[in-house]
Amino acid sequence: MDSYIDIKVRVWRQAGPKAQGHFETYELKHVFQGASFLEMIDILNEQLISEHKDPIAFDHDCREGICGMCSMYVNGHPHGPDSAITTCQLHMRKFHDGETITVEPWRSRAFPVIKDLMVDRQAYDKIMQAGGFVSVNTGGVPDANAIPIPKPIADEAMDAASCIGCGACAAACKNGSAMLFVAAKVSQLNLLPQGKAEKHQRAKAMLQKMDELGFGNCTNTGACAAECPKQVSLTHIARLNRDFIGAKFCD
Amino acid sequence: MTNTEELLAAAKEVAGKVKDTVQAVKGAVQDVKETVLEVKEAVQQETAKQANIITPKMAKIPEGALEKKWTNYKDHQKLVNPANKRRLDVIVVGTGLAGASAAATLAELGFNVLNFCIQDSPRRAHSIAAQGGINAAKNYQNDGDSVYRLYYDTIKGGDYRAREANVYRLAEVSNNIIDQCVAQGVPFAREYGGLLDNRSFGGAQVSRTFYAKGQTGQQLLLGAYSALSRQIGKGKVKMYNRHEMLDIVMIKDENGEERARGIIARNLVTGRIERFFGHAVVVASGGYGNTFFLSTNAMASNGSAAMQMYRHGAYFANPCYAQIHPTCIPKHGDFQSKLTLMSESLRNDGRIWVPKKLEDAKKLQRGEIKGRDIPEEDRDYYLERRYPAFGNLVPRDVASRAAKERCDAGYGVNNTGLAVFLDFSEAIQRLGKDVVAQKYGNLFQMYEKIVDENPYENPMMIFPAIHYTMGGIWVDYELQTSVKGLFCIGEANFSDHGANRLGASALMQGLADGYFVLPYTIQNYLADQIGVARMSTDRPEFEAAEKAVQDKIDRLMKIQGKRSVDSIHKELGLIMWDFVGMGRTAESLKKAVEKINALKKEFWSNVYIPGKADSLNNELEKALRLADFLEIGKLMAIDALNREESCGGHFREEYQTEEGEALRQDDKFSYVACWKYMGEDKDPVLIKEPLDYEFTERKTRNYKN
Repeated sequence: MDSYIDIKVRVWRQAGPKAQGHFETYELKHVFQGASFLEMIDILNEQLISEHKDPIAFDHDCREGICGMCSMYVNGHPHGPDSAITTCQLHMRKFHDGETITVEPWRSRAFPVIKDLMVDRQAYDKIMQAGGFVSVNTGGVPDANAIPIPKPIADEAMDAASCIGCGACAAACKNGSAMLFVAAKVSQLNLLPQGKAEKHQRAKAMLQKMDELGFGNCTNTGACAAECPKQVSLTHIARLNRDFIGAKFCD
Repeated sequence: MTNTEELLAAAKEVAGKVKDTVQAVKGAVQDVKETVLEVKEAVQQETAKQANIITPKMAKIPEGALEKKWTNYKDHQKLVNPANKRRLDVIVVGTGLAGASAAATLAELGFNVLNFCIQDSPRRAHSIAAQGGINAAKNYQNDGDSVYRLYYDTIKGGDYRAREANVYRLAEVSNNIIDQCVAQGVPFAREYGGLLDNRSFGGAQVSRTFYAKGQTGQQLLLGAYSALSRQIGKGKVKMYNRHEMLDIVMIKDENGEERARGIIARNLVTGRIERFFGHAVVVASGGYGNTFFLSTNAMASNGSAAMQMYRHGAYFANPCYAQIHPTCIPKHGDFQSKLTLMSESLRNDGRIWVPKKLEDAKKLQRGEIKGRDIPEEDRDYYLERRYPAFGNLVPRDVASRAAKERCDAGYGVNNTGLAVFLDFSEAIQRLGKDVVAQKYGNLFQMYEKIVDENPYENPMMIFPAIHYTMGGIWVDYELQTSVKGLFCIGEANFSDHGANRLGASALMQGLADGYFVLPYTIQNYLADQIGVARMSTDRPEFEAAEKAVQDKIDRLMKIQGKRSVDSIHKELGLIMWDFVGMGRTAESLKKAVEKINALKKEFWSNVYIPGKADSLNNELEKALRLADFLEIGKLMAIDALNREESCGGHFREEYQTEEGEALRQDDKFSYVACWKYMGEDKDPVLIKEPLDYEFTERKTRNYKN
């Protein structure tokens, strides 16, 4: 049964991209465990506002685990200590009375801090712009049922496509690699007949962009898949590597 | 030559002349007739205008049979040639299904597009959260579906308050959407044979809903986002993330007519106010459900773009039509920030009930007993009791109202008394736990994460929540607002759902507008703009618009009162829910207007916004949006007060049948209520677009037998 707890929240405060950041600890009393983690931050912010202090800046939007906007490192884990969820789906019942909770922004060179817990993830958009699409214009496409796609392939493409682009994979990776993110999109499109025509080009272009933007490379430690809120599998990285090598042979 | 011949020749000549004269007179008569008709028509239009009536001609509805209208339109509209497209800039505000698909398609056609979103990436727009699916009239299941049937279900589902021509076009292009999405690599669910799978949704007797797990909105949005990304990469779309439009810039043309020619936007990272020019402005900013504070919308979803259009003369149509979804996870405390939807599909096997005895309800509210402790004979399956024919599968509006009725009577089942049970115990007994888990496992897990209770063992608790707004900015058949050069698409406009939207139709409308309608219709406008050179944003109109925005921000920052933005927004939400919610009365609506006026005063005199305006400031963003929510809330109440009937999501308690069902007043209210802005704190003027059902017969919806 949910009850009320007193906690301390140790939050990373940083006024701007170039400012020196530091941890600040706030006490919060009588927090209902049925509240979500972000609702706890709301309560803390209301408290800060009532004291005429600057509230904590953080990214959030849908609050149901699908938009990929929330991006917090909670007690050393991207999206916190629960599995297969985003920060907005984390609830205070995962914490106990008297606990000090540490909250940080994503930790990755390619995601510079904007303010407090907000980071700039435009690097992911840029990778998508390099090849995360099928080159078709609106109109003039064949009937949707013209090309049958075996169900297991469609299902696997769907699993890859469930990536929400939150950045937890790169933030969790000791190399700061975006391989799981890139692999999810490459895998989804390269599995499907519609995406096969550009399969090699896509793998090369997206990886090249990833390198260019300062992400590290993959050493198969698997932290990304372990922390992924949508449980995107490492298998997709294997598929990306195969398509990349295939592309090299075709050069 | 004889006399006779001469005479004959002369007679012939005269006859010829007479014939010519008759011809000329006939021609003149024809001319006069035409002129008279033209004058008559002009007089009619003018009279209509004077009488605040929008005629089909003013709404640019094409002539001809229902199924020929869109083809006729496309055959005769003006187009812009490729060289000229390169010289035209189009601003698109929003990157949801409608915005992203429109931006990508316009760029593919060759226009220069400037695209804006408030999130950190265009992929995060709230379309992403749609679960169920998207409708299309493919008839892949061979179950008798057709374009007409999809049209008819949509019109009927909207309780006969939508425009026939628009809805038919929507049904017509629905099939193209599915083809387009598959070509982009959207991984729709498939059968073992490799062909596309479908499922059923409310309000239809056929299976026409395409889906991608419970994440259809996500997959469709990522499809549109990928098309958009491709155009950003090519440099045809200039993307502005974390930018919020704060006003539209109007510039007069050579005839003195105002046209939308740009926007003022705030860079949410730096706080800087920036100016952008476009030959036309397209707004795809979503709905205004967050007026209620608690809704299934995302936290940043707002109605400010709509209010900016409204203040420039675009009509706000049917603001009172809001959809309340019956199956959401209930509110659990005052700190609650949003409500989570549980898919409509759960009502296929779940049974909805509350206790029969008030004392049992009280015990549940105090947490002394659980739902499973109440014996079968003490449970009131109120939907099955009231609607034997449809039972738990009545439409959304009916199910929501019935839940409210029980909770108001004191039978709510959680600590706040605002929840009913959705029970799977009978389904588990009938089908086995495994089958239930296969069908609904992911939803059960989501429920457990939020509520911390196992729904296999104890019934789920659910309660209605604001989900979607059918009302929005009035647009003509071309999706142009009543302001020249200003277009509005997706949930932000009013056009296709009437008074109630069917499940899986929001995605359809967003993508229809963005991929297949607007990219055509906007050319009919832009074709006349090819001679208009790009304008400098140093023009006085831009300067004045920026100054007005800056003044408003300064005014807000200067208040330095005692209350946080959220505390006032929550208060507005309560007023809306209590007085403009599921059951409305003239009395409650008048009270709402009064209370909102007072709250508006409180906001403008006592809000506290920390920090500075010229830097990242979430509280300022929220305050600017709340200032508009306060106006929208009032507009919703005014519209609901005017509409003395019950239809779809709008239920006036004075207008119900003896059995408590919605009672339409077709003779009095078969029109679109368009509200025209008359100035700050002045009452808006009502303009009517009559809905004369030319092609479809109106009936009363019945779910009892």
